[in-house]
Amino acid sequence: MSDLAIGAAFPVARPVARAAEAYNMDVVKKFTIAAMFWAVVALLLGVVLALQLAWPVFNLGLEWTAFGRLRPVHTSAAIFAFGGSALFATSFYIVQRTCHARLFGGEALANFIFWGYQFFIVMAALSYVMGFSQGQEYAEPEWHLDIFLTIIWVSYGVAFIGTIFLRKEPHIYVANWFFLAFIITVAVLHLGNNVALPASFFEAKSYSVYSGVQNAMIQWWYGHNAVGFFLTAAFLGMMYYFIPKQAGRPVYSYRLSVVHFWSLIFMYIWAGPHHLHYTALPDWAQTLGMVFSIILWMPSWGGMINGLMTLSGAWDKLRTDPGLRFSVTAVGFYGMSTFEGPMMSIKVVNGLAHYTDWVVGHVHSGALGWVAFISFGAIYYLVPVLWNRSRLYSAKLVAWHYWVATLGIVLYITSMWVAGIMQGLMWRAYDKFGFLQYSFAESVNAMHPYYVIRMMGGVLFLAGALMMVFNLIMTVRSASTAVQPARETAAAGA
Amino acid sequence: MFIKHETIEKNAVLLMVLTTITVAIGGIVEVVPLFTIETTVEKVEGVRPYSPLELAGRDIYVREGCYTCHSQQIRALKDEVERYGHYSLAAESMYDRPFQWGSKRNGPDLARVGGKYSNDWHYAHLINPQSMVPESLMPRYAFLANREVNVAKVARAVRANKTVGTPYSEEQVANVAADLAAQADPNADPEALAKRYPKAVQVPGDGRRVTELDALVAYLQVLGTMVDFTNPANEKLQQ
Repeated sequence: MSDLAIGAAFPVARPVARAAEAYNMDVVKKFTIAAMFWAVVALLLGVVLALQLAWPVFNLGLEWTAFGRLRPVHTSAAIFAFGGSALFATSFYIVQRTCHARLFGGEALANFIFWGYQFFIVMAALSYVMGFSQGQEYAEPEWHLDIFLTIIWVSYGVAFIGTIFLRKEPHIYVANWFFLAFIITVAVLHLGNNVALPASFFEAKSYSVYSGVQNAMIQWWYGHNAVGFFLTAAFLGMMYYFIPKQAGRPVYSYRLSVVHFWSLIFMYIWAGPHHLHYTALPDWAQTLGMVFSIILWMPSWGGMINGLMTLSGAWDKLRTDPGLRFSVTAVGFYGMSTFEGPMMSIKVVNGLAHYTDWVVGHVHSGALGWVAFISFGAIYYLVPVLWNRSRLYSAKLVAWHYWVATLGIVLYITSMWVAGIMQGLMWRAYDKFGFLQYSFAESVNAMHPYYVIRMMGGVLFLAGALMMVFNLIMTVRSASTAVQPARETAAAGA
Repeated sequence: MFIKHETIEKNAVLLMVLTTITVAIGGIVEVVPLFTIETTVEKVEGVRPYSPLELAGRDIYVREGCYTCHSQQIRALKDEVERYGHYSLAAESMYDRPFQWGSKRNGPDLARVGGKYSNDWHYAHLINPQSMVPESLMPRYAFLANREVNVAKVARAVRANKTVGTPYSEEQVANVAADLAAQADPNADPEALAKRYPKAVQVPGDGRRVTELDALVAYLQVLGTMVDFTNPANEKLQQ
């Protein structure tokens, strides 16, 4: 157990000169483009939903554009389409680089995974809009799409794990532990939560074999670990590769990465019942969920510390590398939301926060601050490498993106804190005669200004993403970023 | 017992096996007892499977994503009980596939909305929510009034629910079409329906056909009304 192990597996410490053709970078490129496309779609839908909550007329009176049908499109587009594509891109990149092996399964398997996954996303989105939904959050796709996704996911596992077996390094690099845990656990969650009987073979509609309280527990075992493994463990894998790369430093502590990996994946699974405090779920389960959610704070911060401390001695790069600024800020937001989460899982705090916009704000500090920012940081790093360009088109535009997006997040989460806590307090307020002071409608009315501010935060974040898309297109297209012949050999070996 | 981490991280199979075991423990401990401990869902008098029209309405509720804004779970907190009624019992959602407890209240909780408003109020509200509640953020569901409920589909839904464990009787399965028609026609004799589905609320309909709007109102009107909380037998419940 020494720092040597992690350094040995890390490509910085071992500059193997290798032609880019040795890896399948084509699939990485495709998923990178898909990630940016879905980012814009997800953010745009978020703005539409925010508009609908501020002014319900934006529901347009049509069945396909009502909030209830569009909301799953937004969440699926953000988590599975944008987040998923970013993860496919980076995990395929990282596993090939750190194993010094070409992606297992060849072009055909990689293309099947790419097009299959994109097809799944489009079909899922269309099905929600047309009125097909299992009615369980983040697990809305009906049974036929669930089966299709299972095939894609197994193929992904085969390609990823196959590449691990082909590795030329004895050690499996830490980022890959997280990706492995993510692939295995998401498969278990997906299969466990979606056991349902179709109304008939020719109907999309199905009925869950679980009902009521068991259904609730299994759904939040799934739902919270979609956060824990899809949006956390896998993105930590991203962090463990790109932050050391961008900073040019090895991971801060090998021992910390071992301890926080095992404790994180062990504890996350238990946290689901904190979505069900004070409900008909038995108290023992609620208490277990709360206790493990609070303990989870520690392994989460273990990851944050390992990410941030990797910059020791390289903090000056924040001034010159705006892409790194995204990655580091992401780890900061990760630390913040993994403190806020355990706090909100405490039963008395949850009594106030649950069902309110505070939860929405919490989710978005994670989704925008952590997931999107760490992905943006990785993509800013990846695009010049993948398309063999000397640099990004405009560092200044990256800086603009950074500040516009950060301002957007700040508007979003502060407005939702105020809105959520106000809602919670209004619902439980009593007047001097001992009656409930506010009607529900009054609490809805009080939200309006905050919903408008939230919408503006979303617009800023979307504007930043559009700057990024422009910047990336110009990076690939513009003559100004072409690689000088003299540097060609160096770039190929990087 | 103690294995050096170096051994694990050099062996992909071992790493995957240990990861699978590690992530399995929490889920097993929290989920399995819910199926084995009998007091998880205490039996309560009055809870019954949904009538065909209510089930059709429930499927519309799920399809439209009503759960994205409405919870159906009154927590055991003083203000919630005063605002919405008795806190929700596990038994009250035991035939809910999927459960619709929800996680966000852009609108109020609906666990006990049944009987709070008249049928007419619900029709007007679903067609144009702001006409009844000016502050409401709810979309309009006027299109439901133009869509007919497909009886054959409801029959398949009842059978599928029975297969996965909802205790529909043979008699209930055989009378899906009749019960569905009777519940959407106030002039129909309610006796047979009331015998098979006590407390089912008849909705006016338009007399010609059964619409999705009728089904949704019938579903909303039964929510939270099955258990009689004035019955002293229910006082003994522990949850």
